Amino acid sequence: MADVLGLYNYWVVIVLMMTGFYIVVARDNLIKKIIGLSIFQTSVFLLFITVGKVEGGTAPILAEGFDVYSNPLPGVLILTAIVVGVATTAVALGLVVRINEEYGTIEEGEIHVQDVEA
Amino acid sequence: MSPQTAIYVAVGLPLVGAALVVALRRWPNLREAASLATSGALLAVVLTLLPGVQAGGRPEARVVEVMAGLWMAFEVEPLGMLFALVAAGLWIVTTIYSIGYMRGHHEVDQTRFYACFAVAISAAIGVAFAGNLLTLFIFYEVLTLSTYPLVTHHRTEAAMRGGRLYLGILLSTSVVFLLFAVIWTWYLAGTLDFRPGGILAGTADKGTLAVLLALFAFGTGKAALMPFHRWLPAAMVAPTPVSALLHAVAVVKVGVFTVMKIIVYVFGLELLTGTGLSTWLMYVAAFTILASSLIALTKDNLKARLAYSTVSQLSYIVLGAALATSAGVLGGSMHIAMHAFGKITLFFCAGAIYVAAHKTEISDMDGIGRTMPITMTAFFIGSLSVIGLPPFGGAWSKWFLALGALEADKAIFVAVLMISSLLNVAYLMPIVARAFFVAPSETGPSDDDEGALQGTVLEANGGSSIKEAPTFCLVALCATAAGCLALFFFADELYQLLTPIVKP
Amino acid sequence: MEEHLPVLVVLVPMLAAPLCLLLRHRTAVTGFAIAVAWLTFAISVLLLLRVLDQGVISYELGGWPPPWGIEYRIDLLNAFVLILVAGIGAIVATWSPASISVELPRYERHYLFYTAYLLCLTGLLGITATGDLFNVFVFLEISALSSYVLISMGQDRRALTSAYQYLIMGTLGATFILIGIGLLYIMTGTLNMADMAVQLEGVRDTRTVLVAFGFFVVGISVKMALFPLHLWLPNAYAYAPSVVTAFLAATATKVSVYILLRFFFTVFGHEFAFGSMRLWVFLMPLALIGIVTASLVAIFQNNIKRMLAYSSVAQIGYMVLGISFASVNGLTGGIVHLFNHGLMKCALFLAMGCIVMRCGSVHIDEMRGLGRRMPWTMAAFVAAGLSLIGVPLTVGFISKWYLVLAALEQGLWPVAALVLLSSLLAAVYVWRVVEVAYFHEPRAVDGEGAITDAPLSLLLPMWALVIAIFYFGISTEATAGIARMAAESLLGTSP
Repeated sequence: MADVLGLYNYWVVIVLMMTGFYIVVARDNLIKKIIGLSIFQTSVFLLFITVGKVEGGTAPILAEGFDVYSNPLPGVLILTAIVVGVATTAVALGLVVRINEEYGTIEEGEIHVQDVEA
Repeated sequence: MSPQTAIYVAVGLPLVGAALVVALRRWPNLREAASLATSGALLAVVLTLLPGVQAGGRPEARVVEVMAGLWMAFEVEPLGMLFALVAAGLWIVTTIYSIGYMRGHHEVDQTRFYACFAVAISAAIGVAFAGNLLTLFIFYEVLTLSTYPLVTHHRTEAAMRGGRLYLGILLSTSVVFLLFAVIWTWYLAGTLDFRPGGILAGTADKGTLAVLLALFAFGTGKAALMPFHRWLPAAMVAPTPVSALLHAVAVVKVGVFTVMKIIVYVFGLELLTGTGLSTWLMYVAAFTILASSLIALTKDNLKARLAYSTVSQLSYIVLGAALATSAGVLGGSMHIAMHAFGKITLFFCAGAIYVAAHKTEISDMDGIGRTMPITMTAFFIGSLSVIGLPPFGGAWSKWFLALGALEADKAIFVAVLMISSLLNVAYLMPIVARAFFVAPSETGPSDDDEGALQGTVLEANGGSSIKEAPTFCLVALCATAAGCLALFFFADELYQLLTPIVKP
Repeated sequence: MEEHLPVLVVLVPMLAAPLCLLLRHRTAVTGFAIAVAWLTFAISVLLLLRVLDQGVISYELGGWPPPWGIEYRIDLLNAFVLILVAGIGAIVATWSPASISVELPRYERHYLFYTAYLLCLTGLLGITATGDLFNVFVFLEISALSSYVLISMGQDRRALTSAYQYLIMGTLGATFILIGIGLLYIMTGTLNMADMAVQLEGVRDTRTVLVAFGFFVVGISVKMALFPLHLWLPNAYAYAPSVVTAFLAATATKVSVYILLRFFFTVFGHEFAFGSMRLWVFLMPLALIGIVTASLVAIFQNNIKRMLAYSSVAQIGYMVLGISFASVNGLTGGIVHLFNHGLMKCALFLAMGCIVMRCGSVHIDEMRGLGRRMPWTMAAFVAAGLSLIGVPLTVGFISKWYLVLAALEQGLWPVAALVLLSSLLAAVYVWRVVEVAYFHEPRAVDGEGAITDAPLSLLLPMWALVIAIFYFGISTEATAGIARMAAESLLGTSP
């Protein structure tokens, strides 16, 4: 039991990942899809970062009197990944703005109808 | 020139010719001269290889390693030598004929015609001199593609549909069956070279080899084995010079040549006679012989009748190959030459009749022997050769085929050959008879055909004018008819050339 | 300088991209981008020659030794793919100016196009050159983001929705790959590919690694457009500007196939991936279904760019099929088809670009009689089409040969038959175009401009590719020879 509760970070990751994925797939609104994508990506960031924590470890900055440090590498990787995620969100939002200009709507169903009629 | 150079020149010269034809497109006479010069030069080059091969030499040339262990390579052996001679020799004659026909008929796009012709001949020579299955396959496909613009020359709806059937059947059979068989052979035997005695002995069990043979036989769609024969009548939508050379001589002969080469140099005669692997093929060939002869009887369109006749005659060669006895193989190989001359004469005549009298249906051709005596006499000679009567070449090949059937203890095929000869008489002789002995029907050419009539108009005694084909056409068909006669007397030379195939 | 080649091949376009933003002048930025692309190609050629000479090249970024530092590791496989990507990048860049002036609606923003183009090139080259797993993810995203931008520049407004759809699916795929990388990192503590292959020895059968394996397969399949995760591809290729389609069709999916090879042969090891995990049970049927269904759908398309896009999905199927055999001949076929298809599809899409430029449309009805009006363009189309069918003397034949041989070696004759039958499907959709172009009368033109052939600046690069299609179909030592060596080293059957 303690093991299961002790692994709570993985549970959070799984819940967020599935939530995000579900939103991407199930929601028609383009902005909501982007939100879902963002949640999905964030869950992965959490996966990386939380495994970096070493039990009993302190922040990974050399200091007197400390032997055990948490792993700095995942944090670094995720900084990069966050930037990538931000860039993706920015491009996606830019596309949505343009789509709105062209179609007058950001609901996928309505866009599809307009495309089929064209 | 050395044999090696001769091989390269033989394959490459027609390509140079094609380029010349395109370059000279604005000056038709120069362009035609280029075609004639190239074809003449090709025959000369091919002839230089003949003495060496007759003496037992096998000149070879390796061009490029296409894939690991697989070369594009050439090797000249007697069968290939024969085919190259036939193709090169008849190219000259067909070029002469084409000049008369294309101009007489005011055909468009003549440059494309002559250029594609040259490329197709280059591919045929490539097949003739191929030293391994890969090289043969490469040039086989090049031939299919280069003849497509020729078949669809008129660019009409009918031409497009005919072209679709042509390309569809030939590409399907070659990609799905033939290429499969080639790669499988590579896998089984570790080599694709043509070797006397074959390369497949001991590589697989009888069942596998039987399937392989079937893939090869049906994969060679150009041999028009039923049920993959429909492309041949469909290709009759092409102008007659195309039909004449390519479908009476080059394309179809590439097909049966391929089958013969595979039987002799990939499977090997001993393997086949020992295991009886090819017995089923004999029956398929026999069926094709008889069935297509029967269909030919029902056709009123002259070119269609001749097309089905070709399907039938091709299976003579396949039968000879399948018999896998020395007489059978020799008979089949000789038939490559005999049938070429016979059939090309018949097609030349069909084209001549179309250009001069604007007729395509046999029922309209009553009495045409009076207005076109030279043409119909040549037709008569060609028919006799195809039927297999002396003193014309076809007699010898039929003789050897029958001998081959007896050698294989399969007398039933002698019966098949005889019945087929009777059927040949039935579908060819009436044309000649009606042309000479029946009065022309009242339906003459209609008025608006006046402009299309071309030809040599002579006033003969008795008031009936002779409207023969254009002179160039006449020269060509007389030459090939004479060839049918000559081959009867030169058959021994052919036999001597070809014997090493079965007795290495 | 020589030892920095592995990183230069990525750095040169990376640094050039923002410079394009500063160069506003039209001719200057175009010339600059073309020069950079050719310089990158030259570097990739030098790299291949060095690898052929010396074997695997290992380069430490910043002098930090692996496995702590990032390593760029060039062996025959990546050198081969680098040449393809850089070569296509250079040829398409040379081809681009005339086409962009017609197709990009706000043509004065051409410098933005070249910026995104060079960034995409950087990303693709980076994926190929690197030996570090996380680096792969970063460059994957760089190339993906820039390709979303490039695709959205199309004239039709559906380019925007296609780019958006590709963004969603592509990001999901890339994130799956990231999850896989994360899980592997958790189990092994390293991100260096060569090191990870060693570290995975003891932990291969743990659930984490198996789950990571699964995430990789799905993520890579999305980026690679393996059936049924290919849905983003037809729209993205059809509505993007011709330049973009030509570039992406020849490179993006190929690099994803490269990732598949790298992950499953070098990192996981082929005995694990194809032996105990039996990945071929998953890959082979999907590849075959993809080949057949995509070819069938292609036959019924009237938008020719869309038809070629579905054809690409089918061709990816061939590559994956070759890989799923996990034999020397199979891998050789898959790898050489990677290169060959790049050449063929790029030529075909460049031809479509020429047609768009002159006719303004890619609908098959607009192509009537083009054989007469645009002879050189259509001849290039026919030549590349013949290669798709697999006619001998073209590169397509070589790929088909190896695939059929690999199938026969494993006794899978129905697969061999399917490969050959699908060539006939390709023949149908290619011949549709041939018939329309050569057998129908051109549309009547109302005076103002009869359709003429494309300008020389468009014809020459396209014909360079066509000549390559024939050259590498006749003399395959450079392509199939290298592919074979790469296959052998992936399978561990060569030093």
